[in-house]
Amino acid sequence: MSPVFLIFVPMLAAILVPFLFKKIKNMHTGWFVLAIPLALFIVYASFVPVTMKGEFIVSELQWIPSLGINFISYIDGLSLLFSLLITGIGSLVVLYSIYYLDKNRESLHNFYVFLLMFMTAMLGVVQSENLIALYLFWELTSISSFLLIGYWFTRDRSRFGALKSMLITVFGGLLMLGGFILLGIMGHTFSIRELIGQTPELASNPLFILALVLVLFGAFTKSAQFPFYIWLPDAMEAPTPVSAYLHSATMVKAGLYLVARLTPIFAVSSTWIWLVTGIGLFTLFWGSLFAAKQKDLKAILAFSTVSQLGLIMSLLGAGSIAYHVDNAANSVFKFAAFAAIFHLINHATFKGSLFMIAGIVDHETGTRDIRKLGGLMSIMPVSFTIALIGSFSMAGLPPFNGFLSKEMFLTAILALSDFNLFSFDGLGSLFIVFAWVASVFTFVYSFYFLFHTFAGKHKPEELPKQAHEAPFGMLLPAGILGLFVIMIFFIPNVVGNAFIKPAVAAIQPFLYQTPSDIDITISAWHGFNTEFFMTVGIFLLGGLLFWTLEKWRKAYDLVPNSLNSLYDGMRYMSETGANRFSNWYMTGYIRTYLIYIFTFLIAAVTGTLLLKNAFVIDFESVSSISIYTIIVIVILIAATTAILFARSRLTAIISLGAVGFSVALLFVIFKAPDLALTQLVIETVSVALFLLAFYHLPEISRNEVRMRFRLRNALIAFGVGVTVTLVALASFAQKAFPSISEFYKETVETEAGGGNIVNVILVDYRGFDTLFEITVLAIAGIGIYGMIKLRLSRKENKLENK
Amino acid sequence: MIYVFWGALIAVAAAMVGFVYRVIKGPTIPDRVVALDALGVALISIIALLSVVMKTQFFLEIILLLGILSFIGTVAFSKFIERGEIFERDDNNH
Repeated sequence: MSPVFLIFVPMLAAILVPFLFKKIKNMHTGWFVLAIPLALFIVYASFVPVTMKGEFIVSELQWIPSLGINFISYIDGLSLLFSLLITGIGSLVVLYSIYYLDKNRESLHNFYVFLLMFMTAMLGVVQSENLIALYLFWELTSISSFLLIGYWFTRDRSRFGALKSMLITVFGGLLMLGGFILLGIMGHTFSIRELIGQTPELASNPLFILALVLVLFGAFTKSAQFPFYIWLPDAMEAPTPVSAYLHSATMVKAGLYLVARLTPIFAVSSTWIWLVTGIGLFTLFWGSLFAAKQKDLKAILAFSTVSQLGLIMSLLGAGSIAYHVDNAANSVFKFAAFAAIFHLINHATFKGSLFMIAGIVDHETGTRDIRKLGGLMSIMPVSFTIALIGSFSMAGLPPFNGFLSKEMFLTAILALSDFNLFSFDGLGSLFIVFAWVASVFTFVYSFYFLFHTFAGKHKPEELPKQAHEAPFGMLLPAGILGLFVIMIFFIPNVVGNAFIKPAVAAIQPFLYQTPSDIDITISAWHGFNTEFFMTVGIFLLGGLLFWTLEKWRKAYDLVPNSLNSLYDGMRYMSETGANRFSNWYMTGYIRTYLIYIFTFLIAAVTGTLLLKNAFVIDFESVSSISIYTIIVIVILIAATTAILFARSRLTAIISLGAVGFSVALLFVIFKAPDLALTQLVIETVSVALFLLAFYHLPEISRNEVRMRFRLRNALIAFGVGVTVTLVALASFAQKAFPSISEFYKETVETEAGGGNIVNVILVDYRGFDTLFEITVLAIAGIGIYGMIKLRLSRKENKLENK
Repeated sequence: MIYVFWGALIAVAAAMVGFVYRVIKGPTIPDRVVALDALGVALISIIALLSVVMKTQFFLEIILLLGILSFIGTVAFSKFIERGEIFERDDNNH
């Protein structure tokens, strides 16, 4: 099977899930689901030898070839690494969820459909070679994440979290689409590889920086970077398997993937390096600062995820510097990309296991509130062991994999202070301070998470449930991840050769021919250098801070959680603001809307006339005016004025009739007998109808005193009159073509066999219009009949007149 | 010869002014209705005279139409004054 179809396997399997859930009652649906990620994992694992050689696998599924939009699965080191993470941790999470979610109480058919949908989306994101297809899958991850966060949709907090994450990630996703389209415009292709091929031309394009910033918006919102991280802590209302899978190991890394994937395009820009490194470091610092403040186990992990994602992001930014230094293969910045990928793997392993432990603690004690927990070490020894492995790795202690990547991170950040381009010098040392303080706090919250849950005094009276050890099936996936944490520490170079080097070769394709060219070996011990002393400092200060945690905890209360209130405020403002705005201009009065319409008419038409210099008066072709015409016009004006100044409505109606009849007289003078005929009849009928309407007016308003004068209305009326006059004069003066009427005059007798030219036009030359005007009349008649006869609101048959 | 028609036009116009005065002033509604009816007839003569002056016969249909309209209008008004409504309903109205 072509690899592009593998992407859609989970989605297709999702169709079967509801049937399995409905038909097979005595078996947990998760067991069937488990087979899919497991099988995919094995298939993807078989691609590892290919990517290790630096080769890639491409397969294509045509979608909209005429627009250059196709599903192209491009598997190189980077996408294979992500695919393995997605399917591997996916299998573990499905296994975990089988024990976590009860098959009788939970709506599993929903859960697994959403989860499989997410899996397809995520595989699509990391394998898509086409930007538009990537965007499609990207939004699919947003939607399935929304569904999964809101899985317990009867809870208010779940819905709030789902909506918040949806709004923020879709906001970023749409901006990212803008960036993709700009890239497509600049490079005339949506293919990432072709875009990478034309990097120098792209960089000189004026749209380049805009595309860069827009794409970064998408990456930053998805990967919960500052200031868009605020959705992630609220997404913790999702079931724990979801938090472990989406919000630590896979989806939040989609932004990192995007940054890594597009590094070859954008790394030439200093804006890219500044934004990615700066925002990443600040997110690292900010997230670690807030993690120790939280009281909820999953909230600690959420902020820790934010912080670690910032770390990886900053490493990717530092890795982009390799494009700017001479002799990059020997510089330390090539190291940064390696460290980023390494830490990405490490983070997925230990954070996944920690989330599962948080879920186990929640499941077995009934609470996630860290103030109620404590002393679980002897009750849940296995969970404690796994949590210890994960937390120590997160804190950066040996012998766990977090130690290795933290050392590499420090090396890369230390190198930043030596980098002189783009006015980095000076700021580089600031970066080091940020990174070091963040590492200290990472140490603090890792210990806080571990020891405040498992050490100390057991408080059984505060727990909703009797605490006991979790079932084996729940511990197994967390244990496997914990095992990886230790294994990677001892055999880092196996992982490095198999996964990291091919991925790095994909991020920095200009530096290396094949992955084996990357001469980086990870060693746990590299002598007494600066990094070592920094690590020692982290341990010492972190230990001290953890020891005195309760003393300075009050300082946290002084820090306002301003970003969430900013979000809430923005939502409140946009809702009430939009409401107020529409209430302000939508008054519900027709007169207001007419004022808008007429003002716009005046402004648009006179504006166009002035801008286009179209206002011309030409008296050459004006014909002479007869005396009757003047008289009729005077009558017309007098009658019109009488309407405006009439004291009673009756006078106004009669004056309107006078206007109609004088128009009929004008038709007579301008030799249009058919028009005059029709005009007379219609005017008579409509005056009679006006009288009818007048007769049925309520007694009170029947004799209203004359219309009040309003300056604004007068001005607008005057303006409209002047506008229309100007347009008429201008269009009369600039007749571009002779009239077509000569043709009618010549052929009315010969072609149509008639004498009355008006009637022949109406029924012969242009009979189609007449047909539909007849229809209009019929509709009006039926409408009036319906309005009079059909009274649904009033059931009794009541006479109107009596 | 044409001056005769002009004179007639002026005379009819003057008569119309008189009728209009009666329409505005007329103490009772029947006064006004009769004046309106007369106005219609005067309009017919004006259009007839105009057709002669303009040397065309296309407006003769308008004269017929005005005659009908004027008649119908007068009858309708009369009925309205007499019965209070123009179209009567059946007693077993459906």
